[in-house]
Order: sequence, then C-alpha cells, then structure tokens
Amino acid sequence: MNETAEMVLEHHKDYTGAKLGMWLFLLTEILLFGGMFILYAAYRYHHPAEFHQAAEELNRIIGALNTLILLTSSLTMALSISAIQKGHRKLSTYFLIATILLGFLFLVNKYIEWSGKFQHGIYPNSPELLARSQGEILFYGLYYAMTGFHGLHVLAGILLLNVMLYLVMTGTIHKGDFILLENSGLYWHLVDIIWIFLFPLFYLIT
Amino acid sequence: MPPDGVLEGVHPGISFYEQKGRFSGILAWILSTDHKRIGLLYFFSILTFFFIGVVLGFLIRLELIAPGKTIMDAQTYNSVFTLHGVIMIFLFVIPGIPAIFGNFFLPLQIGARDVSFPVVNLMSWYFYITGAILAVVSLFTGGGPVDTGWTFYAPYSLRTNANVPLAVFAVFLLGFSSILTGINFVTTIHRLRAPGMSWFRLPLFVWALYATGWIQVLATPVVGITLLLILLERLFGVGVFDPAKGGDPILYQHLFWIYSHPAVYIMILPAMGIISEIIPTFARRTIFGYKAIAFSSLAIALVGSLVWGHHMFVSGQSYTADWIFSLFTFLVAIPSAIKVFNWVATLYKGSIHLDPPMLFAMAFLFLFSIGGLTGMFQGSLATDVHLHDTYFVVGHFHYIIFGGMGFAFFGGLHYWFPKMFGKMFNKTVASWACLITFIGFNILYFPMFILGWEGMPRRYYDYLPRFHTLHLLSTIGSWILISGLILMFGNLAVALFKGKKAVANPWGGATLEWQIPSPPPAENFEKIPVIDRGPYVFKGAESVG
Repeated sequence: MNETAEMVLEHHKDYTGAKLGMWLFLLTEILLFGGMFILYAAYRYHHPAEFHQAAEELNRIIGALNTLILLTSSLTMALSISAIQKGHRKLSTYFLIATILLGFLFLVNKYIEWSGKFQHGIYPNSPELLARSQGEILFYGLYYAMTGFHGLHVLAGILLLNVMLYLVMTGTIHKGDFILLENSGLYWHLVDIIWIFLFPLFYLIT
Repeated sequence: MPPDGVLEGVHPGISFYEQKGRFSGILAWILSTDHKRIGLLYFFSILTFFFIGVVLGFLIRLELIAPGKTIMDAQTYNSVFTLHGVIMIFLFVIPGIPAIFGNFFLPLQIGARDVSFPVVNLMSWYFYITGAILAVVSLFTGGGPVDTGWTFYAPYSLRTNANVPLAVFAVFLLGFSSILTGINFVTTIHRLRAPGMSWFRLPLFVWALYATGWIQVLATPVVGITLLLILLERLFGVGVFDPAKGGDPILYQHLFWIYSHPAVYIMILPAMGIISEIIPTFARRTIFGYKAIAFSSLAIALVGSLVWGHHMFVSGQSYTADWIFSLFTFLVAIPSAIKVFNWVATLYKGSIHLDPPMLFAMAFLFLFSIGGLTGMFQGSLATDVHLHDTYFVVGHFHYIIFGGMGFAFFGGLHYWFPKMFGKMFNKTVASWACLITFIGFNILYFPMFILGWEGMPRRYYDYLPRFHTLHLLSTIGSWILISGLILMFGNLAVALFKGKKAVANPWGGATLEWQIPSPPPAENFEKIPVIDRGPYVFKGAESVG
C-alpha cells in the first residue's frame, strides 16, 4: 500500500473522495432545477406570446444588478479559497465575509423585487393574476417557484459559509486541509450558475 | 493513532456489538457512524414499516373478500391502499436492500473500514426517520390520511381535502435520504476498494449497488422537485400543474415517472445483486458470465431511465412517444434476461446446497420470471389498452416487487443473518417458511392476472359478483402468505435471542465478509486485506464448521 492509499483506507482522509461526493451532490441539484427548467421549456413552447408579454414586466435593472452581485461573490469565494491554500488565513476570512455580504445583498434585492410585484397584486393565486391569460399565470408561477427555490439555495449557502467562516477562524480549515471550504465554494458557484440561467430565461428573452 | 490505523481499544476478538465507543446505551446506536450499526438502525426501522405495510395489505384483501362493504367504508379503503403503497414503496422497498444490506456489507465486501462519508450516512437515517414520522403524522392531521394512491397524481392531489402537503414533504425527505445513500455508495466504491480489489474483482452485489447509486443520484431529485411543486400548489396555488390555470397534469405524470420508473430499478437491482451472491455460494461454483451480469446492471440503469412513458400509454401523450417508450421497454427485457440466464447457467453442474437462502433465490427466479414476462404484455401498446389500470398490473407489479425484491430481501436476510447477528437460525423452519410464503404468494397474486384479464379494475372498493371466486381465493392466499411471514420472522426472532452461535463462514462463501468473524469486529478488518483473486473463487474458501 503506498502512502496515499494508506491515508485513504486507514485514516479516512480522502481529498478526491470528498470532491467526488460533492460533485455528485451538485449533480442532484442540477437535476432538481432541471425538472423546473423542463416545465419552463414546455410551457414557453405552448404560450410564447404570453411569456414574452409577462417577461417585459420584470425589472431588468434589478435582475442585472443581482447577476453582477452573484458573479462578484463567486470571485470573492474563489479568492478566499486561494488565500487559504497559500496560508493567508486573515485574507481568506475577509473574502469569505465579502461573499456572505454579497449573498445577503442579493437576497435584499430579491426582496425588493418581489415586494414590488406583490404591491401590483401579482403573486400566485392573486385575483389580479388570475384575471390574466393562462400563459402569464404559468410564467409567474414558474418565476416565483424557480427564483424562490434559488433564493432558498442562496440562503442555505449563506448559512453554510457562516459555518465555514467559523471553521477558518478557529483554524479547523487551514493550508493543509481546506476541502470543506473548497466544497462550499463549489456549492456557491452552483447557486451562481443556476442564476446565470434564470436571469436570461425570465428577464432577457422577451 | 497506532501505525496500522486501527482505533485504540479495538481487539481482534471483540465484535462491533461489544466495542466500547464514545457513547453507551441507545446513544451508542443513534449517534454511531459505524456503517454496521447504521445498517442495523435501518434494519429495525424499515422492518417495522414493512410489518405495518403487511397489515394494511392484509386489510385490503380482507375488505375484498366479498362484494360490497365488508370491514371498512370506501373512503377508508382509499386511504388504506394509498398508505399500503406509500409505506411499502417509500419506507420498505426503495431503502430496504441498499440501506440495510448495502450499509452493512458494502464496506465489508470491498475490504474497507467504513463508507466514504460516515456522518452523512447517519444523517441519511435521520432523514429517513423524520420522513417516516411525518408520513405517520400526516394521517392524523389536516384533512386526514392521503387518498390519492402512492402516485399523488394532479389534479386530484391538488383538490382532495386529505393531508397531501405533509405527505409529499415526507416523501421528499425520504428521497433526500435515498440520494445521500446513493452519493455515499458511489463514492465509496470508487475510493475505498482494498488494494488489489479491481473493478472486475468486485462482488456482484457491489456492482448492483453501484448501478443503483447512480439511479438514486440521477432520478430522485426530479421526483423531489415534482413533489415540492405539488406542495407549492397546495400552499400558494402557483398553478404549474393545475389545468384551471393552464398547468398540464400530463407533465406532472412525466416528471413523476421520470423518477418513479427508474425507482423500480432502485428496488430490483440490489435484489438481483443479492441473488448473484447467493447462487454461486450455494452452487459452489464461480458465477457464469460475471461481466455480463455486472454490465447488465448498468444497462438496466441506463435503458430503465428511458422507459417512464410506458406508464402513460393511455394518458393522451403522443403516439410517437407511445411507440418509442414501448420499444425501450422491450429493450429492458434483454439485460434482465441476461441475468436470469447467467444465474441458471451458474447452477449447471454446480454442487447445489438447498439451504434456506438458496430456496429463496430459487423462488426469486421463478417469481421474477413470471413478473418480467407479464411486464411484456403491458409494454405492447395494443395489449396495454386492455390491461391498463386492471388487476393484471397489480399482479405483475407484486410479482416483480414482492416476488423479486421481497424474496431476494428474505434470501439476503437468511444469507447474512448469521454474519449480522452472530447467531444461526433453525434451517428446517426457515425452509418451511419459505415454502409456505411461496405458496401463499402465488395463491394471492396469480388470480389477479386472470381478474385483470377479465376486466377487474384496480383500486376499486367494490366489484361485480362474477369476480367473487378469484377475489376470495386471493384473500385466502394472503392468509397463507402471512402465516409464512410470521413463521419466518418468528424463527429469526427466536434465533436472535436463543440461536446457536454462528461460525464465521456457515455457507462456505468466498467473498470478504465471510473471511472475518461473525459478527464482524468494530473496524471490520484487523489489517486491510490485499485482494489477489475474483469474488467467487471457492478453492480454499471451504465451509467452516
């Protein structure tokens, strides 16, 4: 048994295995959202005009701003991992805090956007929405479901990163063992990528 | 840690039951990350729900003993068959073999100390238990027990007063538990094989778990989101499956079956894995067509993911979709038949020992073949129009799932019982139990093929007098079946408390789990073994004692 195999089999320190497990988990997340993307595709195909009309009403500025925020947060996330790999613990925590704040900012924006729609009486099962065409009802149904589930993922990511922040600060995650932070980073990037698909589908294709 | 990595305080002669951990009493179980203890946690929780499911099935048959009302009203009947389905499918059949035997034996069979993610493994059990408890709570809260059938079809699931939201959330949690198990097993098989344990030296049970793990990872999230959307519909009325708002119930059926058909292979593949272990051991012969069996598991996983539409031949999907799904359905028969033929070929010129596990495996071959062949009837478009939603489907399904997965589960239980508990059961009683269960099974389910062929619709509370004789026969069969089950589990319970101590290798098996003491020590192997041969080489692996 060589040195690496010994580490893996006897001491349960398996960097590659942890990565593999995380990627499998990310695959399940993609399939979870995949189900909703299929619904989107099918309903868009049946109601192209209504989807077009409804998409015009979404606020592109807030959408673009949120895209920018999430992309930047992915950058700070990656920087945080690079920092810990090079042994700069302080720097790593700063980048991590920045990532958490950006994630929080995303949710605040989302809150502003949703409450704007609510004020116009557009939310699932609202009388205002039910008076509209079926295509628009479906568009908003999917809009709230998909951005809602995405928002929950951002929230989960923020909680996860807070735990990571604690672990980095206490030194559990360090230069020699950073797989937890790296896997959390992968999760954060996934949340980002899903948004990259949601943004054009709901805001840009009109 | 000492240089060879064995935990401090582990002595070769001490089993994992006696091993002192950080906690004692019940905490030593519910906080343990040892794959064997988690396997046993699953064992007792899953069996509990199995018995509840059996009682519900017994009540269904009792109600149907004669036309008209017998013991319950129609609404109760709807809830009882829904619960029977939900409990059996989600709480017993899907997790049964992977979560119990997979957890216990996967690391043993590949020469590892544990699975890749022991904490996640324990977490999956908590998801399972939470899901199970919520499913039970849903019976007594909200609008009462779910009456939609286990498929939760929209739009009825959106309209009924029953407590659908909690029930679908419970199933979502169970799905999540299944996903975690799948991720864990796939990673473990990739990463923790002992030195020399190459892919083609893996026991076939491991191959089956590997294929199953992939289906769990790829298919379960889809049903997860589908059920969450039902939840959103119920809570907020988003409208994506509600025809009144433009939603399409057929799309619900597609998304549901995209998971739930592959889920049938989550149920049957591990069962096939067990059969692939039992047959060579009791024929004292290496398995015929090792690679064919291993790859057919992957082929079933692959093709099985492309056949979901055969549940929807009469739903109104396009004719093109119908015949494509029909074609793929017939293709699944090929890898399944490859397995059956290879098992039978393994028996040829073998030195066959008819111990109880082997009897269950033989029963499996018989029942699974009937189940598989009757599936072909429903895969053909024209015949299916006649058979759809009749008792023929119920008969076919139970031949595959109970006759297949169920009997393989019993076979695996008897095969590995001495290893898991270190006790040997009474073999004569076990053989009789197998025979009685087998006879009861056929009397219970075979009449359903005829009933269905003659037009008896499934899920009906009442029926025409001309169906009476066969329904009566079927109900009598259920009594025989249950007597067999009582005898079987009674025998095992007696063995658990009063059984003779089991030797390390009572069946003369050649795979790794038989090379260590019964029950296994805490860290499985004193030293990680180095593998220099295939899994079914019986020379030098003779029966001990």
